[in-house]
Amino acid sequence: MSDEKKPGLRSPFRRKLLMGMAALPAISMLPRTAFAEAPATSAVNTTGLAVTDSEVTVGILHSVTGTMAISETGSVEAEKLAIEQINAAGGVLGRKIKFIQEDGASDWPTFAEKAKKLLVNDKCAAVMGCWTSASRKAVLPVFEQYNGMLYYPTFYEGLEQSKNVIYTGQEATQQIIAGLDWVNKTKGAKTFYLLGSDYIWPRTSNKIARKHIEGHLQGAKVVGEEYFPLGHTQFNSVINKIKLTKPDVIYAIIVGGSNVAFYKQLKAAGIDLSKQTLLTISVTEDEIDGIGGENIAGAYACMKYFQSLDNPNNKAFVTAFKKMWGEKTVIGDVTQAAYLGPWLWKLTVEKAGSFDIDKVAAASPGVEFKGAPEGYVRVHENHHLWSKTRVGRAKTDGQYELIYETADLVEPDPFPKGYQ
Amino acid sequence: MIINSRFFNRSELIGFLALALLLFVILPLSLDIFRLNLVAKYLTYAFVGIGLVLCWGYGGILSLGQGVFFGLGGYCMAMYLKLEASSVENTKIQSTPGIPDFMDWNQLTQLPFFWKPFHSFPITLIAIILVPGIFAFIIGAAMFKRRVGGVYFAIITQAIAAIMTILIVGQQGYTGGINGITDLRTLHGWDIRTDHAKFILYFVEVVLLFACIVAAQFIRLTKLGRILVAMREQEDRVRFSGYSVANFKIFAFCAAAIFAAIGGAMFTLEVGFMSPSFVGIVPSIEMVIYTAVGGRMSIFGAVWGSLLVNFAKTSLSESFPQLWLFGLGALFIAVVLAFPNGLSGIWQDHVQPRIDRLLAARKSKPGNGFSVADGAPAE
Repeated sequence: MSDEKKPGLRSPFRRKLLMGMAALPAISMLPRTAFAEAPATSAVNTTGLAVTDSEVTVGILHSVTGTMAISETGSVEAEKLAIEQINAAGGVLGRKIKFIQEDGASDWPTFAEKAKKLLVNDKCAAVMGCWTSASRKAVLPVFEQYNGMLYYPTFYEGLEQSKNVIYTGQEATQQIIAGLDWVNKTKGAKTFYLLGSDYIWPRTSNKIARKHIEGHLQGAKVVGEEYFPLGHTQFNSVINKIKLTKPDVIYAIIVGGSNVAFYKQLKAAGIDLSKQTLLTISVTEDEIDGIGGENIAGAYACMKYFQSLDNPNNKAFVTAFKKMWGEKTVIGDVTQAAYLGPWLWKLTVEKAGSFDIDKVAAASPGVEFKGAPEGYVRVHENHHLWSKTRVGRAKTDGQYELIYETADLVEPDPFPKGYQ
Repeated sequence: MIINSRFFNRSELIGFLALALLLFVILPLSLDIFRLNLVAKYLTYAFVGIGLVLCWGYGGILSLGQGVFFGLGGYCMAMYLKLEASSVENTKIQSTPGIPDFMDWNQLTQLPFFWKPFHSFPITLIAIILVPGIFAFIIGAAMFKRRVGGVYFAIITQAIAAIMTILIVGQQGYTGGINGITDLRTLHGWDIRTDHAKFILYFVEVVLLFACIVAAQFIRLTKLGRILVAMREQEDRVRFSGYSVANFKIFAFCAAAIFAAIGGAMFTLEVGFMSPSFVGIVPSIEMVIYTAVGGRMSIFGAVWGSLLVNFAKTSLSESFPQLWLFGLGALFIAVVLAFPNGLSGIWQDHVQPRIDRLLAARKSKPGNGFSVADGAPAE
C-alpha cells in the first residue's frame, strides 16, 4: 500500500515547515548533487529497480499486527518520518521516495514472503525493516538471492554480516562491553546475576557478558544465569534466588511483555532499584511505557540512544516525531536506529551516484551521517555502525537520564575474537 | 463409468478434474513464479487439511495439534538440507566447521547423534513418514486405548503442540531455537532457490497432493472409512459390534499425521526454512480453520479451503497492512455462521442440486440419470 495519508497534523503548512526545520542539520551536509539537475534514470539504475525520473520506491517491512506490533510500530513511524523529511529536502538524486508498506504479521515466513514480494514484484531499491532476529534470519536468504538492500534497525546478537544488509542498531559487543566496564569501575561490581528471555539474542549476549566478566574484569564472577520462555510471567523463584545470592548487579535481558511482570514482581519483593544495581540492555523508553516508570525507576540501561539526549539533532528529531505522531509517543533506541535507515541509504546512494544495489553496498563503508539524533555515526566495512555507547538511569516519568557515554565511537565487531 | 462410480461418484469426479485442471494447467500458465511459489506454500496446508478431513470430518477426532506433525515433517527435511548447506567449506569461519551455524553459536563442537542419520537422503525421506507416524501412534495409543476422546483429546493435542514449541525454542543448540533452521540451499546438490527449481517443486508437490487425495478417497471408501463414520455417529454401537474402536482411531490419526508431515516437508522445500512458528497452537488451529472453511466433510473442500483462505490472507494483507486481520476474522465468522459445512456445503446444498436438475432435465430418461441416488451426498 502506498500510503500518502498524512496523519496527525492540522496545518499542512506548519508541518512542512517543521519537517524542513527538523531536517536542517542534515541539509547542511548534503552533497551539492542533491540540488542539481537529477541525473538520467538510465545512468543511475542499470538493474531494473523501481526508479523513474521523478520517483524511487522503497519498502517498509515491519509487523503492524501480532505480538511484535507494539515494538515495531515505532520503527515504522520513524522510517516514515525520515522519508518525509528526505522528500521535503529534495529527495534522493532528485527523486522523491515513494514507499510500499507490507505487514510481516509477527510471523517469520510471512516476512520472507513479503520480502520476496517487495524485491521481486515491486523492485524496491531498498527495504527498511525487520525487528526480531528470527525475522531477519528468515528474510536474509531472500535479500541475498534477489540482491536487495535491507536496513535493519534493532540491536542484535552479531554473528552475522552480509553485503545486502546495513545494521543500524548496535551489535552485542558494542552494547555490552562498555556497560560492564562502566558498572565495574563506578560501582565496583564484582558479582553478576545474568537473566534473559530464552532465544538467541539474550543467550548470545549473556555469553559475551560472561566471557567479559570472567576474562576481563578483575576478580568479577557470574553467580547465576537463567532463561525464561518468551511471554513468561512468573519470576518469583528467580527473585528469591537473587535475594539469597545478593549479586552486585542484576544483568537483565528480558524482552517484550515479560518485562512488565518482572519489574513489578521485583518491586513487590522489596528489591529497591535505587540500592540494588540492575543493568539492562533490553528496556527502551517504549518498554517503560508498558512497565510503568515507577516500577523501574533507578534501573540502568545500556544502549546507544535515549530520548532525553541533549543535542540539537535530537531536539529537532524529537519535535518532528511528536508533531507527526502525537505528543504522547516515546522514542526508544530502535526507533532512532530505524530513523537512520532512510537517511543512510540516501547518503549512500548519493555517494555512489547510483541506485544499483552493488554500488550502494560497495559505497556504504565510510558513509557518515552527522545529522543523526544520537550524534555522529559512520558505517564500518562490516556494514555495522560506529556509534557511542551510553548508560542511562530510568526515572519515574519513563525517561532515561544520561549517566555515562563512551568518549569515542565504539567499533562494531560482529564476530568478536575470544567471546565466541 | 462403472469404475468411476465406485471410486469417485460423478460430482467427485468433476471436483477432481476441476482441481487437476486448475493446479496443473491454469495456475502454472497464468501466474508468475513468485505467485506460483505462494500457491505452492498454500497447498502445503492442503495436505494437513486432507488429513483433518479423514480424522476430524469422518472419524470425529478433532486434533488441534496437527502443527506438530507438519513441523516434524518439515524439520526432518530441514535437517537434511541444513547439513548439506553446512559443508566444511561453507562454514570455515566457524570455530567448528562442518556443523550448522546455530550449533556453532551455541558452543556445540560436534553434531548431535540424532542429526547424523539426516546426512542420507533416503533415510530423510523415510524419517519424514516414520517419525511423525510413530509419534502419532504413541499419542493415539496412549489416548484412545484409555478411551480419551472428544474435547479432552483436542485439549491434549493442543498441549502437545505447546510443549513441542517450548522444547524446540528451548533447545536452540540442537534445533535452531526460535529462529528455526534457516538458509537452506540445495537438495542433493540441486539449488532449490532458483525459479526453475521452484517451478519443478510446484509440480512435484501437486502430484504428491493428488496422490494423497486418492489415498484419502481410498481409505474413505473401504470398509474402514465406513467404520470411521459409524464410530463418529455412535461409538458404543461400533464397539458392541465387536470392532476395536481404538485401533481404527489410531489409524485415522496416524494417517492424518503422515499427510501433515508430507505437507511440512514440502513446505520446507518451497519456502526454504522451517521454524517453531509452524508447530505451536496458533498454526495448528489455523490449519483446522482452513479445513472448516473448506468443509470438513470434503477432501476437495480442504484443498479449496487452504487455497482460498491463504489467498485471502496474502491479498488482504498486501492491500491493508494494518487492518487485514480484522477482515480475515470477519470472513471466518461469516463462513461459520452462514455455512457451517463450509465451501463444500455451499456447493452441495446450492450448486450441485441445480446442476443435477439441469442434467436430469436434459436427459429426462427415467431410470437412467439418477446416479445421484447412489449416494452423492455420501456423508
